[in-house]
Formats: sequence, C-alpha cells, structure tokens
Amino acid sequence: MPKDSSIKHVLLIGSGPIVIGQACEFDYSGSQASRSLREEGIKVTLINSNPATIMTDPVTADNVYLLPLEKKSIVKILQEHPDIDAVLPTMGGQTALNLAIDCEKGGVWKKFGVRMIGVDIDAIDTAENREKFKALMEKIGVGVCKGDTATSFLQGKEIAQEIGFPLIIRASYTLGGAGGAFVEKAEDFEKLLSAGLQASPVHEVLIEQSILGWKEYELEVMRDNIGNMIVICSIENFDPMGVHTGDSITVAPAMTLPDTVYQRMRNYAITMMNSIGNFAGGCNVQFAVSPDNSEIIGIEINPRVSRSSALASKATGYPIAKVAAKLAIGYNLDELTNSITGTTSAFFEPAIDYVIVKIPRWNFDKFKGSDRRLGLSMKAVGEVMGIGRNFQEALQKACQSLEIKRNGLGADGKELRNQEELLYSLANPSWNRLFHVYDAFKLGISFRTIQDITKIDKWFLKQIEELIQIENEIEKYKIDTIPAELMDKAKKRGYADRQIAHLLNCLESEVFNKRYHEMGIKRVYKLVDTCAAEFEAQTPYYYSTFGEENESTTSKKKKVVVLGSGPNRVGQGIEFDYSCVHGVLAAKECGYETIMINCNPETVSTDPDISDKLYFEPVFWEHIYEIILQEKPEGVIVQLGGQTALKLAEKLDKYGIKIIGTSYEALDLAEDRGRFSTLLKENEVPYPEFGTIHNTDEALELCKTIGFPLLVRPSYVLGGQGMKIVINEKELEEHVVNVLRDIPNNEILLDHFLEGAIEAEADAICDGENVHIIGIMQHIEPAGIHSGDSYAVLPPYNLGDYVMRQIETYTKKIALALRTVGLINIQFAIKNDKVYVIEANPRASRTVPFICKAYQEPYVNYATKVMLGEKKVTDFEFNPVKKGYAIKEPVFSFHKFPNVNKELGPEMKSTGEAIYFIEDLMDDYFLKIYAERNLYLSR
Amino acid sequence: MNQQKATLLLADGTIFKGTLIGSPGTNGGEICFNTGMTGYQEIYTDPSYTGQIVVTTTSHIGNYGVIDAEVESAAPTIAGIVVNSFSQTFSRLDANGSLQDYLVKHGITGIADIDTRKLVRHLRSKGAMNAVISSEYEDDLAGLKVQLNLVPDMNGLELSSEVCTKEPFYFGDEHASIKVACLDFGIKLNILRNLADRGVYCKVFPAKTTFEELQAWNPDGFFLSNGPGDPAVMEYAVHTTKQILESGKPVFGICLGHQILAEACGISTYKMHHGHRGLNHPIKNVLTGKSEITSQNHGFVVNREEVEKSDVVEMTHVHLNDHTVAGIRVKGKPAFSVQYHPESSPGPHDSRYLFDDFVSFMHKN
Repeated sequence: MPKDSSIKHVLLIGSGPIVIGQACEFDYSGSQASRSLREEGIKVTLINSNPATIMTDPVTADNVYLLPLEKKSIVKILQEHPDIDAVLPTMGGQTALNLAIDCEKGGVWKKFGVRMIGVDIDAIDTAENREKFKALMEKIGVGVCKGDTATSFLQGKEIAQEIGFPLIIRASYTLGGAGGAFVEKAEDFEKLLSAGLQASPVHEVLIEQSILGWKEYELEVMRDNIGNMIVICSIENFDPMGVHTGDSITVAPAMTLPDTVYQRMRNYAITMMNSIGNFAGGCNVQFAVSPDNSEIIGIEINPRVSRSSALASKATGYPIAKVAAKLAIGYNLDELTNSITGTTSAFFEPAIDYVIVKIPRWNFDKFKGSDRRLGLSMKAVGEVMGIGRNFQEALQKACQSLEIKRNGLGADGKELRNQEELLYSLANPSWNRLFHVYDAFKLGISFRTIQDITKIDKWFLKQIEELIQIENEIEKYKIDTIPAELMDKAKKRGYADRQIAHLLNCLESEVFNKRYHEMGIKRVYKLVDTCAAEFEAQTPYYYSTFGEENESTTSKKKKVVVLGSGPNRVGQGIEFDYSCVHGVLAAKECGYETIMINCNPETVSTDPDISDKLYFEPVFWEHIYEIILQEKPEGVIVQLGGQTALKLAEKLDKYGIKIIGTSYEALDLAEDRGRFSTLLKENEVPYPEFGTIHNTDEALELCKTIGFPLLVRPSYVLGGQGMKIVINEKELEEHVVNVLRDIPNNEILLDHFLEGAIEAEADAICDGENVHIIGIMQHIEPAGIHSGDSYAVLPPYNLGDYVMRQIETYTKKIALALRTVGLINIQFAIKNDKVYVIEANPRASRTVPFICKAYQEPYVNYATKVMLGEKKVTDFEFNPVKKGYAIKEPVFSFHKFPNVNKELGPEMKSTGEAIYFIEDLMDDYFLKIYAERNLYLSR
Repeated sequence: MNQQKATLLLADGTIFKGTLIGSPGTNGGEICFNTGMTGYQEIYTDPSYTGQIVVTTTSHIGNYGVIDAEVESAAPTIAGIVVNSFSQTFSRLDANGSLQDYLVKHGITGIADIDTRKLVRHLRSKGAMNAVISSEYEDDLAGLKVQLNLVPDMNGLELSSEVCTKEPFYFGDEHASIKVACLDFGIKLNILRNLADRGVYCKVFPAKTTFEELQAWNPDGFFLSNGPGDPAVMEYAVHTTKQILESGKPVFGICLGHQILAEACGISTYKMHHGHRGLNHPIKNVLTGKSEITSQNHGFVVNREEVEKSDVVEMTHVHLNDHTVAGIRVKGKPAFSVQYHPESSPGPHDSRYLFDDFVSFMHKN
C-alpha cells in the first residue's frame, strides 16, 4: 500500500533522560524517523524531556516540547495542536511505549482523534507480558523455556519447586532487565523472588528453566503492513546466555551458525512477528540455541526499534528507523528504495563483507560497592563498535575504542597473571572477562578449561588463542628485523602500532614509520554499503582495514575533521554528541567538507547522513592520524567531543596538525593548575587556595598551609574521577594512595574546599577578542557535588547583582586570557558574596546543549563558525528566549545497583539529565528540590 | 604458519596473490561472486556452479566445518573458491570434519587472504570473466596464462549432460500418491527433499532423456531442474519441454529449468553482466502483491520484453532490484517456473509455497 495520505501531523515520543538500558540510540532513531516523516511532507511534533538530544532541535522537528514524558504533557500538546492525527511510539524505547499505553488506557488518543501508528497495543502487550508471550510461542510451535508467571510470593515458590534449579527470574515491564536474577541454589531464591516482584511495576515475574551457557542470537527484522519481512542483521553474542545482551560482546554477522540453523531461526522470527499482531516497523527477536544446534528457544520479541536496531543500522548501513517511519505511514517495503545504493530496493537483506564487534562500556568505578558481575540486568552505560575485515581486526578495533587505557586486546603488559583470579573472572563475567580470556590463554590455562568455564563458542576462543601465537612470532624480532609479511599480518589482525611496539620493545612512532613509510603498509578505507559491493553505494560511510584497494577518494574541497566523543559513560554522554553534530552542520554551512570520526554506534554523529564523510573508527591516535594523512584537512575540531577528543590535542599539535579554535597551548594551560592559577593571579581573579602534590609526603606537608577541608583531585580526568573531599590527614593520605594506585604518576591538586559555598557556572563563546556569555547557571546543591550531578537553574535564582557582575567579569577575563576561540565553561564557588574560580574548560561543556534548548539559540553552530574564523562573536544577534527558569535535573541509574547508596560528591555519577521549565520560584517542583538540596551530599 | 601461496589470474590480466586453501594444483573457470553469509557447503556442492570459481564475499569461511547432511550433490563440481579469511579450525559439535579436509578430499583448489572486496568491485564493473587459481605457477605468469586460455567460454557452453545423473534414480516414498519426473540438468538435492516432504515420489532422469522415456513412467507432473551452462544451446531439453507442455500435465521449473521452459515457449535468454548470486534477492510476486527474499544463482536470464509481448507466457515474479523476470507461467496451462531457488539451500525459505502450488496442481489434475 502506498503512503497513507490521511496522516498529516505525527506526534513522536522520545525516550527521556539517558539511563542504563536506554541511551542515545533513541536520539538516533528519533531524529532519523523525524527526518524521514518530514521528507514525506508530514508535520512532526516531538516530545522529549532530554535537552541534550538532536531530536529536540528545531532542525529536526516542526514543534518541539521539552516536557516530562507523562500523560499531562501529551494532553497539553494535543490541545495546542488539534491537527495531530497520529502518534508514533516505537522510536523512544520502552519509555515511549509505556507512555503510549498509559494514554491509550486513559482514552487520550481516542479523545483527540489520534491513532497509533507503527505498532498495536496488543502486540506490545503480548511481547511484554511473559505469560501471554509464552502461551503464544507454544501455540505457534516456537520453543520456550519451561516456566510460569507468578504474581505472588507463594505462587513463585510453587513454580520453582516444579522446574527445579538453576532457574531465572524475570520481572515484567521493566527496563534493561531490572529485577531479573539467576538463581543457582534454593537458598537464594526467596530473596531474589521478592526483589523481582518489587521491581516489576505490576508485581509480576516469570520464573524459568535456566539455559545458561547456550549460544545467544538476535535478529533485527523489519515488517510492513502486508507482512513482507526482511532480516536486517543477525547478531551473535560472544558471551553466551547468562549475560544480558546489552552487557554482552556481540558480533555481526553471526559467525558460528550453519545456514540450516540460521534459517530455522529466521523462520521462527517470521512466525513470531506475524503472530503477535499486525504492525509495521522494526523488531528485535532474541533466541537461545543449544550448543549442539539442535534446540532453538525464543527468548523475547520487541516490536520497536531498540539499542540493537541502532547497532544493526550502523553494522549494515541499513537505516532501520528511517524505513520504519515510512512503514508506519503506510508504505510497503517493496515501494521504498535502499537509500545507500539509491538504485535498489529497500526490500532486501543486507549482505556484509566485514565483521563488526560491539563491546559494552561499563562504569563500575562510579558505583562503589556495586555487584560488578554481569547477569540478567544490564549494567553497561555505553558501547563501542569496531569494524574490520575479519573478527580479530574488528575485536582489536573495538578494544582500542573503549578508552580504558588499553591499546587493544593484549600486548600492553597489563595482563593478569594470577591463576585463581583469572578462573574466578572467567566464571563470573564482569567488564574485563574478554581481557581475562586472553590472559588465561597467555598464562597457559588449557583451551578446554577456558571453554568449560566460559561456554564461549570454540570458534571465538580459537580466534583469541591465535592472537597469542601471532604475538609469540612477533616477539622473536626487533623493529629492524621484523619481516614485512609479519607486520602486515599483525596489522590485518587489528594490532595497533603501540601493541606491536610493546612486542618489539620499541616506540610507537618507530613502528609507524617502519610500516607506513618503509614497508608501505597503510590503511585503506572500505565502504559500509549494505550489499557487499554488489552495487555502487552513495553513502560515504567508511571503515579502515589493510588491503589492496582504497575506496575513499579525497576531494579537493577544504575539509575539517570533527573528533567524536567515543563511548557514552558517566561524565561524557550524549551532550558531546549533540555538540559534534552541530559542529558538523555548522562547518557544512561554511562550505567545508565535514569528516566525522567516531566509534559509538548509538549516536546521531555516526549516522552517515550527518557528515559529508563518516569514518567509523576508534577515536585513537593512529586511526585518526592515518585519516588525516589521507584527507589532509585544514584542521581538526577537538573542543566538541569532550575529553576523548580533547586529550588528542597534544599529539595533533606535536605532529603539526592544526587544531581549529582554541589552541592546544590554551587547552593545556587550563588543565595545568599551576600555570592556570598564575594566569588567574595576573588577572586578579580569586581562586581557592591550592597546591599540587605527587606523593603522600608532599600532601601531608601541603595540607598544613592550605587547611582542611580539602578537595583532592587528579589532573586530566573525566567527570571528577577520583575526586574527593577529605577532612583530616588520615583521609587525605588514604585517598592520595588510592588515586596514585588507579592513576599512577598523576599530578594531584589539593584545593581548599569552600564549605557551604554556592556553585555556579558560565558558558561563553569567544573569538579571541569578544566574549559573549550564553548562560549562567546556579546549582541548587551546595558546593561539593559534581556539577553534572547537581540540579542547576538557568538563569541564577538568587545571586545578587554584585555576584553576577563578578561572574561576568571573570568569565570574560579568563576567556580572553586563554585566547579562547570557540566555547568555554567556567565553574565558580561563591562564599560571602565573593566569587572564586574553581576551573575553566575551554571546550563545549555538558551544559551547552541545555542552554541552547532553554534559550532556543544555536550556540554550538555559532561557536563553530567562530572557531573556523568564518564569523566574529559580534556578527551574531543574540536573542535568547528568557521566560521563567529552566531547571537541569540530573538523572541517575542507581536502581541498577541495588547495593549502592545514592550518595553524591565531587565525582559525577548521573547518567543523564532532563529539562524542566518553571514560571517562577514559587513552583512546587523547585521548592521541593530546593528543600532537599543537602540530602545526598557525601564527602 | 607458513602456508603455501596461490595466485588468482583473471582473463583481463588482473592478478591477486594469496594463500592456498584446499588442494594444491591449478584450475580455471568462470569467476563469479556470491554475497550470502551462510551456507558455504551448500554453495560449493550446488551443481549449478559447475565450471565456475566462486568468490564468497562474507568475511569468514569454514567456521562451522562440513557435515554430510548439508550437501546439494554427491560432490562439489566447482572450479575453485576464493575467500577472504579461511578458518582452519571449526566449531560445530556434529560436524564431520573441516572444510579444508573436505576441499582436499574433493580436489578443490582455492585461494584465501586476498582483497576479495576489490575483486568483487572489479567483477561488478568489468562483468563475468574467466579466471584461474593456481599454487603451481607462482613465478611463471606465462605458464599461468596458458592454463587460463584452456578454460572454455561459458557462453554457448552445455554442461548439464555432464553433471546430471547417468542413470535414473528414485527419491522419496514409493507409495506416495503423486509421481514427478524430474529432468536433471544439475539438480540440487534440496529440491527433491522439498518434493518428497510434500508427498511426492520422484524419479530423476538424465538431462538428455526423451519425452517418451519420461512419459513411460506415467508421472503426474514434470520438474525441470536447475543446472549450469547456457540454456541457449540446450535444444534437446527445449524439445523435450515442448512435448511435456503438450501433454498438459503440471510443469515446474527452477533456474535453468525456468530458462528452458521460457525457451520452449519461444522466449530467448541472454547472459547477464555479472549475474545474481546470493541469499538476499528481492522478488515481488505480481499475482499476490507479496514480496519474498530469495536465494539466487544465475548468470543467464530470460528476455523481459519478449515475455511482455508473448501470448504464450506471462510474468508472475519480478526482481525488485533490476526488474528482470524472476518467474513466468504458461497461459492456460498448469506450467510455471522461477528464476530463483525456492528450495533455497542455502537461503531464506520464503518461496517454499511454490512447491505447494506445484503439488496442488497435480492434485487437481
């Protein structure tokens, strides 16, 4: 059926703040869907409370509502836009679906004559209700686990008695598997059962036979209104059943499945989709396969776009959300064109001629006391994807993307050599199991033992074992003697120059020079084209590998590279992707060819429609450098991609590559507390007393002159990592020892902590001569809580003129003194009406997107034009929409870590944020958080 | 780890150097690529690939070894294989052995560790051509060229009578209610499995069997199989098919069988630029409006213009990428055929309904 022309105005529901289990993949799908609908001449109104999203930008939708995701907000929107005739709830994760169901139950859609498209409520219900799902699977002949649903404690115990142990508890209607658990022994059962019943909003759990250790797969499927179906991607979990798929290392295409088994699974997926209801869009189906391939069990079906569909889109190039939106308005798959080739049908199954490996990124260090073992409930905060021509290359590239101070898998001297610890880790997977599998092989633990304990498929294990053989071979040589053939082999298996340097005991630069200049072993770039090169592709989406043919042709246009922010983590989330995307769009407006480099598959920045060229590569020195050698850009923008991009500035500068905007020197000056304080002193800007130390002896000496309480903070860290307030010498010494253990050779700052001070921060754009302050935000909690974790109000709610004047003056002084070209963020502490500068970050901060949304002005766009030298600050007319106050609400994921108390301090812990507008300070919401401002402060 | 080297030389002079896989030696054929990501063993044993060197575009081959149950003919008849990354080790509990051993056993020579994507892009733009793989002429390009020149041109090549069964054989339950005479041009076993599963007893006849011999078995319907080579030079099969059509009994053709049916109805065939080979080909059934993902392997195709003008046949299926004819039926007769592989081994099972259609025709008769 062609497009349904009765749909003229669609309401799109976003997924709200970033929490574990629901991250920026929904910004990607939502903004893609919105563009897809508007392409068809349909008006789009969007609701999302997350300001740091591209989807809530005026560039994305016709009307944007930054309102809480609740029924009340929907009613308000529908009252203001009576012409909205349809709602698309499948692009905003579980949050959007739940809200749509809530509105359906409340009769909202009916009342306003809005119909739900892309899904039907029965389908959601069947997919989410474990009992219904199971009954349906049994009816259509798809295998399911033995088990039953319990709505009471007693019922749960009866079921467990019937199926025996080990078993699994799954709570109904929860995000990312919250409330789920494995129960190995009867004695653990009762506690976990009541936890599961409580976690479920409907107090319902499914208790099932355990299929731990089975192989786990996902199929990303699309279906249209007449039942045409295609599988976009098969994804195989490296970690077998037992680890939540969001916490599993996953690989596409499936590596160990014969066609016979794969087709059985595909048939099941089709039957399952057809049976749950008549819906059009993307769908994710999960399966477990017994190790001998004989049995296939349907685990779950999600009739909406998901984290996995974002991954599948990036893995294959097939824009699932874009097509899903078209299907929702009536098109059939065979009526659409594959936008990647521009010539062939969208009704086809992508064929890929490379391998992708996704590795989740965890942040257990932020949740002290958390259970670090992986299980049924998702704990990862982000993910990276590596693309290579073989599994090993993709695996190494993914490891290089993680930013966990590793250079890839192995060959960096950081192996764990304790047999007992290794065996424990293999049996109790955590964030480092992959590395420990490698370490176990390296230590000589037998293949059989590793396989018996981990149940990881033999083929994957062999691939890792083989890496060690290659390393052994390389270690026989020196940099002068290594044969080109071996070097080529190592590079083809994804080894970084740094890893090879470690094996050859030489410098990274020596390896680079040898292979690149002497041996001519250079990266080539291949296209992600959905079709394994069968057709010519139009979309400039590249990855690097080592081969004969380079498909990336370099244009003669002036170009700029924007470095992305890598995997999401606490302290560096979607805000930086927002800035990167706007940087790209602004540079495009200035006539630049834009080149994006990033490795996070969840993001909008890695949507190949955004930049002129996307290199899906680790934000890791050698990958970036080779792209620069190939593209020869005018320069690189580092100030939009958070610390990830910023920390590469030094090396770029050293290699004579131009940094667009604020120079490396200034970036470094701002980080170097000693030099920065001299600068403040010269400019007569007050700051808390401080000193730098390198060991405990110096610390104990220095504390005498500065005086307690002290704020201890390591240099060059993200989101206040390792920061702590200490009140006596004992605490000080303890913490300095801890910091130096985690971050050896770090310079540590001791600041006098201004107890009870008020905190504020300012963001500004500077062109080197003129400064424009885009916003000043006042924190609600007192000093001591990381700015990312504080409620903050824009503009300040109770700072006097005198204080405001100091903030403004200091902001301007510092911006100019640092010769800032672009964005700068400055943090202040205010005590007794005196303003102290705590730190300055000459880059896009976490608050910039928030201010852009609250004031409805495109500041990142302006800043980028300033950075590029295309515009001066004075060229812009600033007209911020100032009405009432905007409150930034930090959002936490503590519910994922039941043993961790919500305790806030100088180290950031929130995973996301929401925006909330109030008219005046008598607002109940404001008064409540203001009253609770001291509640969670720890030291 | 020191593996023997191998060379791939294309008819236009392009050379790739890589590692030898399978059996050492020299072998040539027409080079083509398949974009499927599963089912290498089924592809290698598909008789339609006789005389062809198969490039698989997927990154890894050999991962799950080989298993006796998943062959499409008794032994592979391909001229060679080209892969990106070849797994010497495999993971499958019920496998019968490694792909390497299987290739050696059947004397198949292959090459790995080359930039297969570059090769595919080359074939995509230059079209199908002959090639030779060798582990013996590493430093002797002239010698290798001589070997390449010995490879026959696929245009005008008749291969069915070579690869088909030499003696008739039976498949399925002899007490089944329906009997189908299968004309073997290089039949895939999964076609027979699909027929047998639907209560059909098959007798498979050599390609050059006459209509009289087929008819002597008194079948309820006729099946025209897939197979290698150029349909334009198979007058014997076209002749037989014309007689079959006159009998009025149900006829079903797949791939080469489809091309033969078209020829028998006066529709010509031609060689495509580089063919369709993969498991992801989009087909629309123009009768039902539903679309299906199909498994394909063909280098020749029937002429669409002639089909559209024809009084004898009509188009039932169309390829959504290039709009070539993917299926026809004979007007007023229970005879139909598809260019693709509904038995799909390997590949999606979306088109299995065609076997049901065939069987229901015979029930009606």
